[in-house]
Amino acid sequence: MPGSNLITLSLIILFLPLIGFITVLLFGKRFSKLYNFEIGILSANLLLTLYVAYEKLFVFANQKIAMDATWFSFGNIPGIGQLNIDLGIELTNITVMMLFVVNLISFLVHIYSTEYMKGDSRFSRYYSYLGIFTFSMLGIVLTDNFLMLYIFWELVGLSSYLLIGFWYEKDSAANAGKKAFLVNRVGDMGMWLGILILFTNYHTFKFDTIFAQIGLGNIPFGSEAWLTAAGILLFMGAVGKSAQFPLHVWLPDAMEGPTPVSALIHAATMVAAGVYMLTKIFVILSADALTVIALVGAFTSFLAASIAITQNDIKKVLAYSTVSQLGYMVMAVGVGAYTFAFFHLVTHAFFKALLFLGSGSVIHAMHHEQDMRQMGGLRKKMPITYYTFLTATLAISGIPLFSGFLSKDGLLAGTYAFGLLTGHWTVAIFGFVVAFMTAFYMFRLVIMTFHGEPRNKEKYDHAHETPKAMTIPLITLAVLSIWIWYTPNPFNPEAGWFYNKMEVKTTVVPQDMRFNFMKTEAPEHETAEAEKTTAETHETVESEQVEGTTRVMHSEMYEHAMHEAHLPTMIWSILLAGLGILFAYIIYQWKKISADELAKKWPWLYKFSLNKWYVDEFYDKTFIGGTLEFSRWLSIFDNKVVDGIVNGAATLTRGVSAVSGWFDTYVVDGLVNFTAFFSGVLGFGLKKIQNGKVQSYVLVVVLSLILLFVMFLPFF
Amino acid sequence: MSFPILTLITFVPVVGMVAILFLKKGQDNAVRYTALTATAIQLVLAIIMLFAFDFTKAGILDASTFQFVEKARWITIPNVSWIGTIKIDYFVGVDGLSILMVFLSAFVSFIATLSSWNIKKMVKGYFMLFLLLDAAMMGVFVSLDFFLFYVFWEIMLLPMYFLIGIWGGPRKEYAAIKFFIYTLFGSIFILLTMIALYFSATETVNGIQLHTFNLIELTKASAYSATGILSPQNPNNWRMIAYIFLFIGFAIKIPMFPFHTWLPDAHVEAPTPISVILAGVLLKMGTYGILRISYPIFPEITRELAWYIGLFGVINIIYGALVALAQKDFKKLIAYSSISHMGYVLLGMATLSVTGITGAIFQMFNHGTITAMLFLIVGVIYDRAHTRGIYEFGGLANKMPVYTGIVTIAFFAAIGLPGLSGFISESLVFIGGFGSTVTRTLTIVGLLGILLGAAYMLWTLQRIYFGKFNEKWSFMEDLTPREYLMFVPLAIVVIYLGVQPGLAIDFMNTSVKTFVHFLNTAAF
Repeated sequence: MPGSNLITLSLIILFLPLIGFITVLLFGKRFSKLYNFEIGILSANLLLTLYVAYEKLFVFANQKIAMDATWFSFGNIPGIGQLNIDLGIELTNITVMMLFVVNLISFLVHIYSTEYMKGDSRFSRYYSYLGIFTFSMLGIVLTDNFLMLYIFWELVGLSSYLLIGFWYEKDSAANAGKKAFLVNRVGDMGMWLGILILFTNYHTFKFDTIFAQIGLGNIPFGSEAWLTAAGILLFMGAVGKSAQFPLHVWLPDAMEGPTPVSALIHAATMVAAGVYMLTKIFVILSADALTVIALVGAFTSFLAASIAITQNDIKKVLAYSTVSQLGYMVMAVGVGAYTFAFFHLVTHAFFKALLFLGSGSVIHAMHHEQDMRQMGGLRKKMPITYYTFLTATLAISGIPLFSGFLSKDGLLAGTYAFGLLTGHWTVAIFGFVVAFMTAFYMFRLVIMTFHGEPRNKEKYDHAHETPKAMTIPLITLAVLSIWIWYTPNPFNPEAGWFYNKMEVKTTVVPQDMRFNFMKTEAPEHETAEAEKTTAETHETVESEQVEGTTRVMHSEMYEHAMHEAHLPTMIWSILLAGLGILFAYIIYQWKKISADELAKKWPWLYKFSLNKWYVDEFYDKTFIGGTLEFSRWLSIFDNKVVDGIVNGAATLTRGVSAVSGWFDTYVVDGLVNFTAFFSGVLGFGLKKIQNGKVQSYVLVVVLSLILLFVMFLPFF
Repeated sequence: MSFPILTLITFVPVVGMVAILFLKKGQDNAVRYTALTATAIQLVLAIIMLFAFDFTKAGILDASTFQFVEKARWITIPNVSWIGTIKIDYFVGVDGLSILMVFLSAFVSFIATLSSWNIKKMVKGYFMLFLLLDAAMMGVFVSLDFFLFYVFWEIMLLPMYFLIGIWGGPRKEYAAIKFFIYTLFGSIFILLTMIALYFSATETVNGIQLHTFNLIELTKASAYSATGILSPQNPNNWRMIAYIFLFIGFAIKIPMFPFHTWLPDAHVEAPTPISVILAGVLLKMGTYGILRISYPIFPEITRELAWYIGLFGVINIIYGALVALAQKDFKKLIAYSSISHMGYVLLGMATLSVTGITGAIFQMFNHGTITAMLFLIVGVIYDRAHTRGIYEFGGLANKMPVYTGIVTIAFFAAIGLPGLSGFISESLVFIGGFGSTVTRTLTIVGLLGILLGAAYMLWTLQRIYFGKFNEKWSFMEDLTPREYLMFVPLAIVVIYLGVQPGLAIDFMNTSVKTFVHFLNTAAF
């Protein structure tokens, strides 16, 4: 089998971090240098990944390399057939790119943390957690089936929980970890239900088999509604992991974790898992599901950007910026530009990791100060941090010559084309407005942190450039935020190797559930059967397309619209980004307009943004408060009513037995006493037993039996 | 006659009990080691059975495919006036339904013995009763004769009553009598059904038709005489009533809402090892009873009432989890979590599908190991602090890191984290539940359980182990070697079956498939 050694290597890449986790967890306390083992593992992983990625992209580019193994089996079940639960991995071009991104950033964070976490009492524990995170994330990347996706999805949730709550002595950190896990579980419930729908219909978890079945027109429960529902439910998993509205609330809180963790998990990789998953399941998303996804993404990106504008905590700004950018990616999937969604995922991973690590550098230098109002002027003190940070800021703002421009422009073009094709302009409007806001709040951050005069002289005086272990990762990521790695032409991503290596997938949902522009242009006379054959062979067709020059991902109609959208999008996006930067300079650098004045002018708007649209407060009052209140009420109900009935029955029985005891003593026994002395002795005996509990309970048994008998009388 | 392994495994504790009887007062350690030896032998026998078990034999409906079978006439009373000859067999055997329960029972008993080490009061009496309890539990899981089953079922009550009533907490008398009476109340329903079944069915022994308690014969429609009260040909509703009676008897043990209120009381008052046995093994006797007795004897009623069984399962899941969320006593919280987790078993059983029932049995096993860990965890802090108030602790993680590591494994296993055994069984229940049209909607509602379960578990983890350390507990030490020894085997099983669930599933697969086929097709 071609590339089977790549599978072996991928398995090694997958399991090495797990070995690191176990080793460092068990022995890290005894051997304080053991964390180097974990770093060594990541270095090995990175090298192996480079090899695997190169081989896959340039030698086996047109082949899907996959391997499955049966985990456990139920054998042959009548009515279902052979039921095996398989696990497996697959290497597609997107997989190996993602593999590289995860391993590289994880590696850089491992290096960076040697300095950042120095002196922490649980230093080696920290490294073991990084190990299990990397393992879980790689599992999501490599999986070829929904079961393994869900398994590693949950494991990522666990590692995120452990790392957010790493400083669990702080209540806020412990709270944030719990919140992240629970909010994610809400999404996971939906995702699991989506998986259940698919499994129930196809008796397999494997992506390809399921997609092929749907391509044959064999949709879940034979109903279009179920297919759309499955898509939206699976998307719920992404809503949780990628922090989309309404489940975005956990991510800003997750900043309680160590900053390198925020860079790795809550900016670059784990939160991107949702988008990555969407690129995997893109082919089974119906037009309705895609519309929902596009709107959720667009709204999330706007919501988060509107909050980022007023935050003063440097990490909170970046957190909301992450939510906003993830919204972009989700939106791009929704409008069908899923290749640009993935493109943006990759570029964003680098520049956002850079932003977080840069902010970590600042926080480190400022002795754990995160409030930007205490910063300022750090440019001179920390030149490397400043220039790398600026690079990332230019990238996220979508300025040409930087990586972010390529992907952002592409996905905005996608929304523009979507508008042209469907007349749905809402998504595009959100997208462009957010482009302006992004440039604005990012430059606000840069100016407040690095420019101007220091606001807190004492902290400023103590600040210094951070050591090499922290600056080298920054420089590496800054270099990767330049356009040249992706395409030779800084204005045309499609000219580059990166864009062209991404697999093109044709949607497999039935024709009438697709957007018009995604419909296959089959001549009118072709029968449904012909369509089926196309669907059956789509895998091979698809791989041929990868290398080809003509990209027929969607109809020509779509290609045409994308082409048409290219230029106006570019002009608009550069214009809006420039405008955003200009406004940031006017307000924060040159102080021509006072930010405070603006806040006073629209206090309602300002507070609404500052307080994050009061979403958390709303959840606290409704879902969380409601559940807790309900649970308290149920507990009382359990105690007083359900158990009350049991105790009541016991009391009743005791009462009845007392009465019968009395009756026994004074009536029966009295009668007997009256007639014969000897019966009195017997009565005396019975009186003694009257307080005995067991008999009385037996009596209730008998009474209850009679009661039940009467209850069930209608059945006779 | 082959080696009587089932007799041995059932009565080894009784031998231990008798041996303890002859020990002198004050020889507490000798008593402990005798008990430990008895349970260790039992565990070894259980492991031997696992190795000797033949995966291809189904059991369930066919006496010849049961394994380790022993059968002997126990009681014969010839020529009773209008009944004729009464015969009761000592009939034991194991199949895919019970093999895991046998192992679980031996395993948890062994761990519970270790955990009983610091029982200081009336050590001799304690261990004698403990071993009697152990024997009775094992007897329930291996009996294939209804009468024998019932005898073991009832014997189990007696030691349990004293173990809670003497060695329990402040309200021990109340809890013990509540447990006793409540279960006895259920037993009466079982007894009634048992007698009705006895008079309705016959088996042919040496050419003579005799009434029978044989659980395998009772699953055959041909065993019932047309005039019998529980005969399938009988046009009245007696079979339905008998089913409901039997179900109530078993449901109390599970415990199923609304018959569950004895459980929190019993747990809160019981000493740690007894809680471990109670949650780890005793609760499974309820669901096992339904699977072994109600289901195959009344398949047509089972089909008819499957939705209701699933409904009660989902109520258990949600209700138990919500009530757990409101608890302030650590042990009570775990008790309610048991109610919630047993709900998954009921839901899985209601699916009448291979995946669902496999999930249900596997969940019974996993709940046994996971809950045993959870109660031991409560025991560890209760031993040290003599309180279980969730709000009285905080920040124990730094003080007791190894313990907290174990807690994290156990809690996440209870939450159903992949990689740990609970995930597989819950998932199979959901897969089966969603796959069956009868329980589909119920399953969707039941999914809420995975959110609520995570909520109360993580909240507890935070309140007791994270946050600021309460200096009041600065004297608390991390796990002792003995405590460590009781957790490690449980944790290994939980992790191992999470990674290699096939190991457990292979044991029951053939039986479950036969069982499900019968349940769905049996014409009664």
